[in-house]
Amino acid sequence: MHDVSAHAAQHHAPPQGFIRKHVFSLDHKVIGKQYYGLALVAVFVGMVLSWIMRLHLGWTNLAIPGLHLLSKTGAPGDIMTPEYYLQLMTMHGTIMVFFVLTTAPFAAFGNYFLPIQVGAEDMPFPRFNMMSFWVTFTAFIVLMASFFVGDGPTLGGWTQYAPLNAVGSVGGPGQGRGVVLWAASIAIFCVGQLLGSLNFITTTLDLRVKGMSLMRLPLTAWGWFITSCMGLTAFAVLMPACILVILDHVAGTSFFVPSNLVINDQLQPHSGGSTLLWQHLFWFFGHPEVYIAIVPGMGIVSHVLVTNMRRPLLSHRVIIACMGSIAILSYMVYGHHMFVSGMNPFSSLAFSFPTLIITIPATIIVLMWVGSLYGSRLRINTASLFALGFISMFVSGGVSGFFLAQPSIDIMLHATYFVVGHFHMVMAVAAIFGIFSGTYFWFPKMTGRMMNETLGKIHFWLSFVGAYCIFMPFHYLGIAANVRRYQAFVDDYLQPLIPVHKFITVAAIATGIAQFIFLYNLIHSRYWGKTAPDNPWEATSLEWSTPTPPPFDNFGGKHPVVYHDPYQYGLKSSTGDYVMQASPEQVATEHDEK
Amino acid sequence: MATTVHEPPQTGLRRERDSGNGGWRNLVPADGDPRAVRDYSPPPASTGIWVVVYAITMTFAALTSALIVRKGSSLDWQSFTLPSVLYLNTALILCSSVTLEIARRRVATFMGGITIPGESPARWLYITLVFGLLFVTGQYVAWSRLRAEGLYLATNPSSSFFYLLTAAHVLHVLGGLAGLLYVIAKLRKSELRRSTLDAASRYWHFVDLLWVYLLLLLWMKL
Repeated sequence: MHDVSAHAAQHHAPPQGFIRKHVFSLDHKVIGKQYYGLALVAVFVGMVLSWIMRLHLGWTNLAIPGLHLLSKTGAPGDIMTPEYYLQLMTMHGTIMVFFVLTTAPFAAFGNYFLPIQVGAEDMPFPRFNMMSFWVTFTAFIVLMASFFVGDGPTLGGWTQYAPLNAVGSVGGPGQGRGVVLWAASIAIFCVGQLLGSLNFITTTLDLRVKGMSLMRLPLTAWGWFITSCMGLTAFAVLMPACILVILDHVAGTSFFVPSNLVINDQLQPHSGGSTLLWQHLFWFFGHPEVYIAIVPGMGIVSHVLVTNMRRPLLSHRVIIACMGSIAILSYMVYGHHMFVSGMNPFSSLAFSFPTLIITIPATIIVLMWVGSLYGSRLRINTASLFALGFISMFVSGGVSGFFLAQPSIDIMLHATYFVVGHFHMVMAVAAIFGIFSGTYFWFPKMTGRMMNETLGKIHFWLSFVGAYCIFMPFHYLGIAANVRRYQAFVDDYLQPLIPVHKFITVAAIATGIAQFIFLYNLIHSRYWGKTAPDNPWEATSLEWSTPTPPPFDNFGGKHPVVYHDPYQYGLKSSTGDYVMQASPEQVATEHDEK
Repeated sequence: MATTVHEPPQTGLRRERDSGNGGWRNLVPADGDPRAVRDYSPPPASTGIWVVVYAITMTFAALTSALIVRKGSSLDWQSFTLPSVLYLNTALILCSSVTLEIARRRVATFMGGITIPGESPARWLYITLVFGLLFVTGQYVAWSRLRAEGLYLATNPSSSFFYLLTAAHVLHVLGGLAGLLYVIAKLRKSELRRSTLDAASRYWHFVDLLWVYLLLLLWMKL
């Protein structure tokens, strides 16, 4: 270890008092935990909303006790109205995509571990970092406020398609103030993520310690860095789009509402707006958002697997290149969400081609994982199981993407449950499994306690089987032409599919209940878990070189020197079969011996 | 000594060498030294300002594409003549970039320990600040002129985009003014870093260029 004056930029004094330590903290580790807590609250809200929706889909007109407490107009007599179903669907999607899938794998783990993995004391702009969390928190509060304002939250879906997003309350419950709150919340969220991306990029580029070249960064750090580059581009576009929506509502402008639009027998006062404009702006953000959710998970899965395989991945460099390729291609494929929007068919073709191309780097990454796993003696623990589960979900959900990438097939499947199954597996469940894998892996470092492995494995198997039971049948429903976004299935051809919906509902509730095992494990282990050693997984990256939990300045006033590539496993050293990045020990590999 | 904080010296860059495979090869540190040594990193403010510039560029690119799509999607677009005060404003903000560049060089000289008797190092920063405030005032005058002509935010998509783009730009100019005030405050306390000064001036030049771009866009499309 040695002192490095170059890193004076991120110095700030240790916090004094409860507020500065735990609430308005400048410490990246506290901010990471705050993001994790926010994501945890959000995911349970989103999950409960999905339960309510699933119960309604399985048993239409079922009275759900207490539902009227959420909305008297939306659930008179505890029975959900069709509009309220759409409102809950919108909130479920928005909460999950923005406040869980973006927040937990990127902002939570990235905040906590990126500075430590590069050897820094903190992010370079700690005040911006603190602001990024509190701005995000404000965005969540604004979104949740729409439950309690006027006639409830917006019913336009998490994509908020125009012109419904801009016509006001004539469009239905929540289309007035509900939409304004939604758009304000997302615009605020964008500000938070832009501030976060600024810190992530500068941390990665400028705060690496001596010896930590870019290619020596762990794959987690690469995942967060690439994600922050994507976020910088995507959120900078979504924010002005949301402002345009707000202006259409409150200032009477006509960005998105076309001429002569009649809704509920009322001619709309707007004129000449473009509905496609919103879709272009939204999906320019929306498709990269899929990768913003999944690329950090790819980094986490690689990191966890390589640690438990006890040997390096087939190629560190190829995985980085593939994650980078995905990031660039993600901006060229967004039009595949618009195949049925009325867009020029030639544009569909232009977007279809890169959509098929983007599967190549994703497939290479999966092959790298599987090829590296082949013949390895994988240590089976909860973290590695969830990493395997991530691969399984990513592949299963990804395969259906091949079908949807082709406009001629997408036209048939676009409005069906096939798409719901596809994106829930490849984006949502895979990303959440990445979050779980990271949680079980890093919990000891974050808290100084071990999580219960038995409970963890029970949690994994229930979640893994449950997720397949929920989302695989969605594909079947889609092929059977079961339309999505409908609150009840009364058509003759849909009636025989209702038992499938009932099965999915039961599976969803059971899988959701299994998450309380995780919650119990998380809380119980935090206070009563077995004390964790500094490096319980015998891992190599810098976060395991520091005491558990890390001190305020991460490395006790010193900066480590990095001597090795990140994943030096499968060799003989004084510590075992690995050598840590910060260890100056000279060790020969089997490769060298040959 | 005028200032107290200096960037660390650049101790030489060596070519980075790695296995690139995360750990298969190239294990043994030659002569015990860490490979891929970089003792010097650019100050985060230098990198950060480019990150900020990129994000703002994306925002205005999105608004530009929105303008082009919206104009082409309907026949309700009504062109109007830009208020002539905008050209004066353009001259003001261009002058502000010149004065800021003079300020940056003077302050850098001052930070190097050379002082010019009777001259405050912040003088040109104050002049830049005044130019910036005059620009903001000038933009307000432009909005007033349009309002006097009966062109409001919702009157027509062309006026909507005019107000939107100019207001968004003024917000970024106000951010730049706040940055200049921060630089002046740090300079007065002798805590100014060279990287902070450079970052603030790069940002200011960027909002200057951004305005020239917006003026051309508005002139061509409105």
